[in-house]
Amino acid sequence: MIDTLIQGILLGGYYAVIACGLSFMFSVMRIINLAHGSLAVAAAYGLWLLASTFGISPFAGLLIVLPVMAVAGWMLQRYLLERSARGGALLPILTTFGLAIVLDNLMFEQFGADTRSLAPFIGSLSYDSWELPGGIYVGKLAVMTMASAIALLGGLQFFLSRFALGRAIRATAEDPDTAGLVGIDARKANALAAAIAMVTVGIAGAFLGMRATFDPYSGGPQLLFAFEAAVIGGAGSLWGTLIGGIVLGLAQSLGAQVHPQGFLIGGHAVFLAMLFARLFLTGVPFLGRTGFSRTGLPKIRAALRSTP
Amino acid sequence: MTILSVQNLNVHHGLLQAVRDVSFDLAKGDVLALVGANGAGKTTLLRSLAGAHLAASGRITLNGDDMTAVPSHQRIARGIALVPEGRRVFSQMTVEENLLLGKSSGRTGEWTVNRVFDAFPNLLPRRHAKTGHLSGGEQQATAIGRALMSNPDILLLDEVSLGLSPLVIDRVYAQLQTLLTSGTTMVLVEQDLGRAMAVASRVICMLEGRVVLDKPAKGVTRDQVTKAYFGLHREGTGRAAS
Amino acid sequence: MTLASNGISIERWTRSSRLALGGVALALALFAIAPLTLGAGAIDRMTALFIYVILAAMWNALAGFGGLVSVGQQVFFGLGAYFTIRLADTGLNPFLALFAAAIITGAISLPLSFFMLRLKGGEFAIGMWVISALTHMLVNLDRLIQGETGTSLISLNVYDINTRRVVIYWLALASMAALLGILFALLRSRAGAAIQAIRDNEDAATSLGVRVVATKRLLFVLAAFGIAIAGALWLATATTFQPKTYFSVQWTAYMIFMVLIGGIGKFEGAILGAVLFFVIETFFGAMGVWYLIGLGATAVLFSLFLPQGLWGEIERRFDLRLLPVGYRVKLPGPPKIQWNQ
Repeated sequence: MIDTLIQGILLGGYYAVIACGLSFMFSVMRIINLAHGSLAVAAAYGLWLLASTFGISPFAGLLIVLPVMAVAGWMLQRYLLERSARGGALLPILTTFGLAIVLDNLMFEQFGADTRSLAPFIGSLSYDSWELPGGIYVGKLAVMTMASAIALLGGLQFFLSRFALGRAIRATAEDPDTAGLVGIDARKANALAAAIAMVTVGIAGAFLGMRATFDPYSGGPQLLFAFEAAVIGGAGSLWGTLIGGIVLGLAQSLGAQVHPQGFLIGGHAVFLAMLFARLFLTGVPFLGRTGFSRTGLPKIRAALRSTP
Repeated sequence: MTILSVQNLNVHHGLLQAVRDVSFDLAKGDVLALVGANGAGKTTLLRSLAGAHLAASGRITLNGDDMTAVPSHQRIARGIALVPEGRRVFSQMTVEENLLLGKSSGRTGEWTVNRVFDAFPNLLPRRHAKTGHLSGGEQQATAIGRALMSNPDILLLDEVSLGLSPLVIDRVYAQLQTLLTSGTTMVLVEQDLGRAMAVASRVICMLEGRVVLDKPAKGVTRDQVTKAYFGLHREGTGRAAS
Repeated sequence: MTLASNGISIERWTRSSRLALGGVALALALFAIAPLTLGAGAIDRMTALFIYVILAAMWNALAGFGGLVSVGQQVFFGLGAYFTIRLADTGLNPFLALFAAAIITGAISLPLSFFMLRLKGGEFAIGMWVISALTHMLVNLDRLIQGETGTSLISLNVYDINTRRVVIYWLALASMAALLGILFALLRSRAGAAIQAIRDNEDAATSLGVRVVATKRLLFVLAAFGIAIAGALWLATATTFQPKTYFSVQWTAYMIFMVLIGGIGKFEGAILGAVLFFVIETFFGAMGVWYLIGLGATAVLFSLFLPQGLWGEIERRFDLRLLPVGYRVKLPGPPKIQWNQ
């Protein structure tokens, strides 16, 4: 039982990593990127390709994949999201959904239906474990994932509060119109935020590939996990995603103990239960209500912005 | 010496034309009071000067450079800073963070975080408080300080007394006094006619988007401004054909 | 705002729209007698087309008129098929089971709406996907379904294959006509005015006293019911039920594609989109994965460059309204709308 709980908590580290980019992008640009999971899978394939053809270890591979992801994020914002966001709040959902379909099927075309894993390329790390008192084993990779999640969230928090660029992103998230008036290029701040989000997606892709297997259509489930962790965490505050990830990981691990299909059912059920509880207890279901959400009169501001 | 020149400016709010054919020149050190009834186009004019609202036609030049198509974040880098109506501080961020954001444009000069705290000593104890938790007066001081951090050549102030108690307004104006006497060029939108005329060197009154009165503050009586304010007084640049 | 002249009239039907309605009636009549001349393969394809039209119209009702973009509508498609299997297993006539299943699914969507309609924008979109994923898992738990192995609607086998094919064709045609008719009538009713007010500006509609949530709920339930019929009909033509196939997000991808290229929020747009999708599938469906990549890429391009879709573009260019769900202000001579401050 304790073993299950520990595994569940550590699994939450992975969910925190994959959720933080989704939540970050939502809190800055108000866009839920439906291609989020597919992009993580694409990063995993990138690492797999580097490892299987050039023998580059996935950790070294990140040095190549993460900059590529950053550029992809920048371009995603500049060429797709910025344009579709002008058409209203609903259009980016459709744009990113279309992008996810393109990505998934391109990966299928390229890599076929076989499941892949990065585990063979990281030596014994994928199955090494430490023994805790009481005969409990914890996987080194799972601990590393959790440590990375904490480092990533902490680093992001530090960047957002201590660096001028981080403050510019927060200011843009809160009020892009006024951000422009104080000298911030909101388009640039958004593109930078998207680039950062995609770097976190790249890291998530690495852990996805190392801890399990993936196939071209793994993006959908990963998006759902990221979304669930972000919403359970009541995100916007970055640390919320860690809590959300842990709750989701625990629910899945406990569910798996009950029934073979309980892993997914447990996760989805806890997500809906949390949503339900929050809806009816506080009336605030949303992502990003705390932290750096916009307040005041966004509609009026939007109207002012759109006027030539 | 002309620092800011506005020529035949027209600004639209969707289908509504908020600013109609407005022209004026501003010399260095001028303090211009922009008065007029609600909906006269004052805020839109200020926002278009700051680049938050691009003009439909006309020209804005700063020190001879054409600014008309320059977006807001670059306009502040060229020296025009706006303190927007309703203060619009970043409520999730601290006072100090708000002030530091004012440096985004990269302009250097005498204004620093410490200098702002000298000018607005009431902010100092609130340095690390989120501005969402501040009083209206403190928020207004933060907004002004944030604009000053860009070391502007021209400071645009939109309704700094809106929503503040008379006592707090007095304090904000007392703090502005140092700026007013230091030779900073300013454009001031103010509902309180008496207060505006007391600090300004020049008065422009707008009515339905047009300039209906433009005079040195010394050469104009309160009565003349009041008449222009309500459209009872037509002269020079008045309503041509509508 | 003042209108500078009088003699304005409000019209609901234009000449072209009266012609169009006549055309629709004629087309339905022709479709109804078509099986007499069509071969088996063609009948099956036409049945698929009718199902696509239902899917597109229902997704459009929800997203285009209700402002609710869902990427989890496959849940109703799957449930429509699942309940048909369940009911047929109890001995109910399989053709009756199709519609009973849709009614059950519609009934389930009502309590679900109280919960899901509290979510906004992308949260609703993915939230529905989570609902679908969870429902998929729960359906797999039913022993009758045998997990992903699935099962068949065996009770259909008592009917002769050719009779069955034509009956399903007629049922699909009738379902499509009825659902389109319901939607058309709904959009032209008082609720329709509310729906269009919500589409144009939800906040303004709320402040005018439009019952936004009740109106959205109506659309949510209608879409659930309609998509469930589509799922049940699909099961009737395919006879096999594998949960993975029916609860696949692919269905929603098709719905989004059809509505995006046809014209989101346009009654005629969804129909046009379904027909185009049907044609594209007929010619390119065999290309497999590249076909899907093309669909996704087309959807992205439409969302970026032609968000009003083809029908929106046609309406704009030719000022054409075939099946008008709104009102048109007809001005004598050129419009003289003047703004005064």
